[in-house]
Amino acid sequence: NPYAGLVSRLRASWLSEKTRPMEYRMAQLEALGHFLDEKKQDIVEATASDLGRAAFETELSEILLCKNELHETLNNLSRWMKDEHVDRTLAMQLDSAFIRKDPYGVVLIIAPWNYPTSLFLAPLIGAIAAGNCVIIKPSEVSKKMERLVAEALPNYLDKDCFAVVTGGVQETTRLLENKFDYIFFTGIPPVGRIVMAAAAKHLTPVTLELGGKNPCYVSDTCDVTNVARRVAWGRFFNAGQTCVAPDYLLCTLEMQEKLIPALQKAIKDFYGPNPQESPDFGRMVSDKQFQRIRALLGSGRVAIGGQTDEAERYIAPTVLVEVQPSDPIMQEEIFGPVLPIVVVANMNEAIDFINSRERPLAIYAFSSDDKVVNQVLERTSSGGFCGNDTLMHMTLSSLPFGGIGNSGLGMYHGKFSFDTFSHRRGCLKRGMGREPLNGPRYPPYSQQKLGVVRAASRVTRPDACTLL
Amino acid sequence: METMQQVVGRARAAFNSGRSRSLEFRIQQLKALERMVNEREKEILAALKADLHKSGPDACSHEILGVLRDLVLAMEELPSWAAPQPVKKDVLTIRDEAYVRHEPLGVVLIIGAWNYPFVLVMQPLIGAIAAGNAVVVKPSEVSENTARLVAELLPQYLDKDLYTVVTGGVPETTELLTQRFDHILYTGNSSVGRIVMAAAAKHLTPVTLELGGKSPCYIDKDCDLTVACRRITWGKYMNCGQTCIAPDYILCDPSIQSKVVENIKETLKEFYGEDVKSSPDYGRIVNKRHFKRILVLLEGQKIAHGGETDEASCFIAPTILTDVSPESKVMEEEIFGPVLPIVTVKSVEEAIEFINLREKPLALYVFSNNKQLIKRVISETSSGGMTANDVLMHSVVPGLPFGGVGHSGMGAYHGKYSFETFSHRRACLIKDLRMEMVNKVRYPPGSMEMVHL
Repeated sequence: NPYAGLVSRLRASWLSEKTRPMEYRMAQLEALGHFLDEKKQDIVEATASDLGRAAFETELSEILLCKNELHETLNNLSRWMKDEHVDRTLAMQLDSAFIRKDPYGVVLIIAPWNYPTSLFLAPLIGAIAAGNCVIIKPSEVSKKMERLVAEALPNYLDKDCFAVVTGGVQETTRLLENKFDYIFFTGIPPVGRIVMAAAAKHLTPVTLELGGKNPCYVSDTCDVTNVARRVAWGRFFNAGQTCVAPDYLLCTLEMQEKLIPALQKAIKDFYGPNPQESPDFGRMVSDKQFQRIRALLGSGRVAIGGQTDEAERYIAPTVLVEVQPSDPIMQEEIFGPVLPIVVVANMNEAIDFINSRERPLAIYAFSSDDKVVNQVLERTSSGGFCGNDTLMHMTLSSLPFGGIGNSGLGMYHGKFSFDTFSHRRGCLKRGMGREPLNGPRYPPYSQQKLGVVRAASRVTRPDACTLL
Repeated sequence: METMQQVVGRARAAFNSGRSRSLEFRIQQLKALERMVNEREKEILAALKADLHKSGPDACSHEILGVLRDLVLAMEELPSWAAPQPVKKDVLTIRDEAYVRHEPLGVVLIIGAWNYPFVLVMQPLIGAIAAGNAVVVKPSEVSENTARLVAELLPQYLDKDLYTVVTGGVPETTELLTQRFDHILYTGNSSVGRIVMAAAAKHLTPVTLELGGKSPCYIDKDCDLTVACRRITWGKYMNCGQTCIAPDYILCDPSIQSKVVENIKETLKEFYGEDVKSSPDYGRIVNKRHFKRILVLLEGQKIAHGGETDEASCFIAPTILTDVSPESKVMEEEIFGPVLPIVTVKSVEEAIEFINLREKPLALYVFSNNKQLIKRVISETSSGGMTANDVLMHSVVPGLPFGGVGHSGMGAYHGKYSFETFSHRRACLIKDLRMEMVNKVRYPPGSMEMVHL
């Protein structure tokens, strides 16, 4: 077991209680802030190299998001760490009943390649805030970022308590043989299953942030220009490699006819007449991903885009029409800059279509009619939901971020990150006096004693009949 | 005879019909459950007596009352629990609606245990129904009378398709676990907990595992020993030691060991009389297998009190072991029986170290007059839950979540936490389709103003 030494070293640090004091956690979090500030340029460049992504997308979606999470955590940590006092029964009024937030111990965070900074850093903030030791496993697919994290991060954090492990599938498999006290995984469902199965051997709790096909329903009553811009933004950000990107569109044939020119205009406004020349449009992270997505272009018919350049791993912002539910592009999460449109007759058909498939990480619905948005919301199930925009529900840290069913289990962001990495321990402190009050609970049992116990623990209802 | 696939398929179709979504429907089902518990109390008590030799008042206090209390709580609070919860907005979302919806997960599976066979299926069931799910209930086959009764009663009071009881043993449960559920709540031991989680992993099904472990009980020299031992005796020997949060073993200074034994002996006499075997309030071990398992733990031990057994009736007398070695068999596994080992330690530091070398327990107890000492024990250990200066009681505080950590489990329930366990917290953001000006800064080409906002 090549990682046994590392894990036991971190476990020893954990047992030394180093990570418990708030001051320690704040200092480590502040160090993370320094990492973000001092290494920002390196992060931007590494991400540009790995994903062809524009600096401002990295700043917006990763740096800014992480800084916000850091500030929120630093500002609120002392409050989050406090014992939460809770409701007691009448008999316990003199006792102290509270929830204590205990760290789990040694935590493993496995991050993916598409947002290689924020998808390890945001959970890491929560794990540190909650008082854990952490092993970070960045993705080997975003090579430059992997190297940056492995080389630079340990210089900012306490090496006794935080470590970075690099490698691919084999290394991750060996790493997962060890016992962790929590595992946080972001990635695809098949690997999610493998992670959870490995966790089961040690009874390790997990959060799995997975994915799926996020449907985007566009009703006939809407401002087409605005819809097109918001959908295009969400779809083509990071060249489509976003877990909450709108994966496919559902609308009527009439709406499709209006949307195509509107989407075309939005793409031109964003990326110019030749997106390959725009500094703001990204690339596929690897040859494997490029080839996978290129193969999907055969579904339906290209209405916008469709150009590819293998040397650059470039796929143009593309919209496909005449897509059938059985087409290859409708069988897997696209994770690329391709937007298929599936025509439906009406909202009901759209809802049925969504409900016949695995529950996605996000559902989007566009309509200027509130009722339509609410119908889609209430009659479907998904990790999260955004009406009349894309991606934005992910940016509000007071909203939990997580999936359901195949799109994941558990959640994080903001306080939810702290809660995810904490064990909420129910605590009751009693006094040793007033022992006679305990009398009715002891044997020998009797109906009379039972009557006292019953009365003491009864919760009355306003409309209960008390005649008897 | 339906296959598991058919049973689960029927529950899923019933869930998809949407009828469990309305709060009125859920409350109506909970009301029916309340009626069931009240109308059929006699039969429930009879089943508990047959399975575990529980006396009427005992079973009432420890199984029925808790169920009725959770039912009333759920019926009263459901509207507030299920209401959308608005969240704090930021600059970008100030004009939007942002809230969290609690939504049903779908079809959930509840696997019960045999030691409190009624409450351990009912309490999760209340939460699952309140949260709007369809439920498959699998009571433990070891407590066969209660299992049979639950299978008979539930369909008489509840929607037959939404809520189903499946009976059977290991083969039936294994087959059931191949089906896809949207949450599984399992109460039982760690070994089976692993099997349940592994099965759940195949479908990416979230799990709540209520397991066990050895719940330590540290008695400080500075405490009222009479009271402490009384409370410990109550919690240890209730249900003949077959309680997941029973104090499993005692840690104390050697100088008070014999006093502890004396006090417990006195209390045992008070509780169960001179002839424990004839007390209607003292339970029996659930079956021969567990009886034999516990007997093995007594081998080679110094029995300070008790030790009498009778295999025919699965009777084991309340037993105390002294000067127990940490390496002995009785200190390896959860005892789950009326055997109380005392391991001596010289200080609270030694006790804390002892506890931390072992798997995290479901419960932890500390008795002391010294508030600082209690604070230390809590801060320097980890456990599912804990009580200071008493035992078991943290599990009945309405506002506290009940669950384990590490090998003692994951997730929590009871009261509101049952509702949350069986709900999906869905983040919702509803924006306006107008106000596009606000969005301009986020769009390419290269808008750095957005970043500096």
